[in-house]
Amino acid sequence: MALRELKVCLLGDTGVGKSSIVWRFVEDSFDPNINPTIGASFMTKTVQYQNELHKFLIWDTAGQERFRALAPMYYRGSAAAIIVYDITKEETFSTLKNWVKELRQHGPPNIVVAIAGNKCDLNDAREVMEKDAKDYADSIHAVFVETSAKNAININELFIEISRRIPSTDTNPSTSGKGFKLRRQPSATKRSCC
Amino acid sequence: MAADVHKKGGDVPNGSLVPKDGRHAERSESPTPGLAQGTEPGAGQEGAMFVHAQSYEDLTSTENPDATVQIPGGREDAQSDQTKIEEISKDFSKLSTQLTGIALDLEEEMRQSKEDKQDLSPKASRRDSVLSGKEDEGVSMDAWHMHQKHVFVLSEAGKPVYSRYGSEEALSSTMGVMMALVSFVEVQKNAIRSIHADGYKVVFVRRSPLVLVAVARTRQSEQEIAQELLYIYYQILSLLTLTQLNRIFQQKQNYDLRRLLAGSERITDNLLDLMARDPSFLMGAARCLPMASGVRDIVSTCLQQAKAKSLVFAILLAKNQLVSLVRKKDQFLHHIDLHLLFNLISSSSSFREGEAWTPICLPKFNSSGFFSAHISYLEQDTDLCLLLISTDREDFFTVSDCKRKFQDRLKKRGVYQALLEALHTPFYSVSQVGIPFLRHFIYKSKSSGLFTSPEIEAPYITEKEKERLLGLYQYLHSRAHNSSRPLMNIYYTGSHENLLAWVTNAFELYVCFSPLGTKAAAVSAVHKLMRWIRKEEDRLFILTPQTY
Repeated sequence: MALRELKVCLLGDTGVGKSSIVWRFVEDSFDPNINPTIGASFMTKTVQYQNELHKFLIWDTAGQERFRALAPMYYRGSAAAIIVYDITKEETFSTLKNWVKELRQHGPPNIVVAIAGNKCDLNDAREVMEKDAKDYADSIHAVFVETSAKNAININELFIEISRRIPSTDTNPSTSGKGFKLRRQPSATKRSCC
Repeated sequence: MAADVHKKGGDVPNGSLVPKDGRHAERSESPTPGLAQGTEPGAGQEGAMFVHAQSYEDLTSTENPDATVQIPGGREDAQSDQTKIEEISKDFSKLSTQLTGIALDLEEEMRQSKEDKQDLSPKASRRDSVLSGKEDEGVSMDAWHMHQKHVFVLSEAGKPVYSRYGSEEALSSTMGVMMALVSFVEVQKNAIRSIHADGYKVVFVRRSPLVLVAVARTRQSEQEIAQELLYIYYQILSLLTLTQLNRIFQQKQNYDLRRLLAGSERITDNLLDLMARDPSFLMGAARCLPMASGVRDIVSTCLQQAKAKSLVFAILLAKNQLVSLVRKKDQFLHHIDLHLLFNLISSSSSFREGEAWTPICLPKFNSSGFFSAHISYLEQDTDLCLLLISTDREDFFTVSDCKRKFQDRLKKRGVYQALLEALHTPFYSVSQVGIPFLRHFIYKSKSSGLFTSPEIEAPYITEKEKERLLGLYQYLHSRAHNSSRPLMNIYYTGSHENLLAWVTNAFELYVCFSPLGTKAAAVSAVHKLMRWIRKEEDRLFILTPQTY
């Protein structure tokens, strides 16, 4: 069976549940007292998709302000980006829109964007309407699901949908190399510290 | 800007503010009883792993430690150490040293913040979501006043950056008063160091562009409280670098730094908790996990062999105890940097899964740049954490491969099981020493920068009792290291225990005896204890550190 490596990065505001989604997907576990990610965390998981094995190389990035500038290192070279917001916090949805904008401007041209409205188990505290988010996702041709890492809702489906959307190997050989460089694109302007 | 401040500090007109150099020299010239430095138990056979093991002094000479490091070994040594560090920084000047882009983001942010100044709520709520553990105490509440030690960090504009208890917003006026005090004294070309009143010590540490203040009711000396504040300062630098910190405040003096530090409060809180109960900070040294030297040597070799070009330090640790440390030849780690790394790892459970890759500044190594740290546990349910520090932030996969190679080698050479077994006995019992009346001790080898200490046993069972014991050690330590009147030997008789401190050029020893023993018995016991440490040194210390 053919093995494909798919690089996926998670973006979004701090505390929306990026790490929880990854843990649920990779380990099928959930920790309500999870600590904020520091820097970025790397994990892998291999799943079968049709007659292929898809190995997800997942970069779970930190949502905190001081790590914001590191994000390009992770989304460059990614086949897909999962942007997560918290359905109970309106402002995390605004942050999501900024991420979409940034990906448009600086991300790889064919990147598959998936939008995950996490914490859908907290429907009572909802601030972002599912329809609004869905309409927005449709307008940018993004995958959209509401997820709950806590109750394991739509987590696997999210990754299956990414598998489905990513162009098959023959048409896009550039994404199938072993590993991927974190290196910045050479065109990026160099800034030095002092 | 920072450089200016340092230069100014060199000739502070008020001489009494600067610790008198003569006193330092006096102590260092005193005859060394018994052991010369480098031959004491625990001294590494091939030199030290750390920059300079005697650096307690460079912390406590509170006036500009970075500009003039004062080490009892004499000023020349200090100079050469300083140049060594400069060379190191030069060597690493080309490493990928910063979060490129932050500066740009910052400008953008400032423009935004001008546009919507009232837009504070999302940030506040964001912080709440991150910070579940922090008590929600108002300043007016009694509970807030009852804390043993408060720590505040503020910017020179008087803006709150961090408070250990309570919310910074509620404390902004208090911090304003603190800044007013600092500025008021500075106007007269002087510097406020501390206020002693009503059983409280209010200690100020000024590190432009930040001001750090502690309000403490503990038995610690002013020096020790100032040292803790410096740790907090270095902790902030490790997240941002001094270069970035300076640039931020040069661009906007009243910048709200909490924005960039959001989510790091837990790390700072943890550091303060750790300092209250872990003697590593007081000793300015690291503790090793006791294990058979044969096993440790093989582990170190495996770690050394799993190398990559960009790796500078590889550290294997278990619950704040050092298992092995490999460094690039000629590059030394400072114990403060090591403590900050230990604290980072112990403060977050997020490293338990996957492999973390994060920028980190080691402020005593080079306060202007970031390293990239690869942090992962060898297995999810062990306490063995591997820390690989690289100069190349793009080198994740190479470094990750080093971890895999290290694990493979450990298993191939059959030491992994032995390593896991060593984890079961992270502490030894003081009864192994075989000295009646001996309750506990701390022994530090100055040349290796390592210390050893048995498990704290009865009667120090409760957390409160443990902290009391550490408080006694703190007291002895501060008496021994008092900059104006250092002591070499102290015998302290208390109602609950007798303590003995012995500080030489080669080692420091603090021993706790039951109150029934006599002074003569204690003195002879110390010699027996030293012999025991010598006999066990290959188990308790890292005697053969490896380099790349």
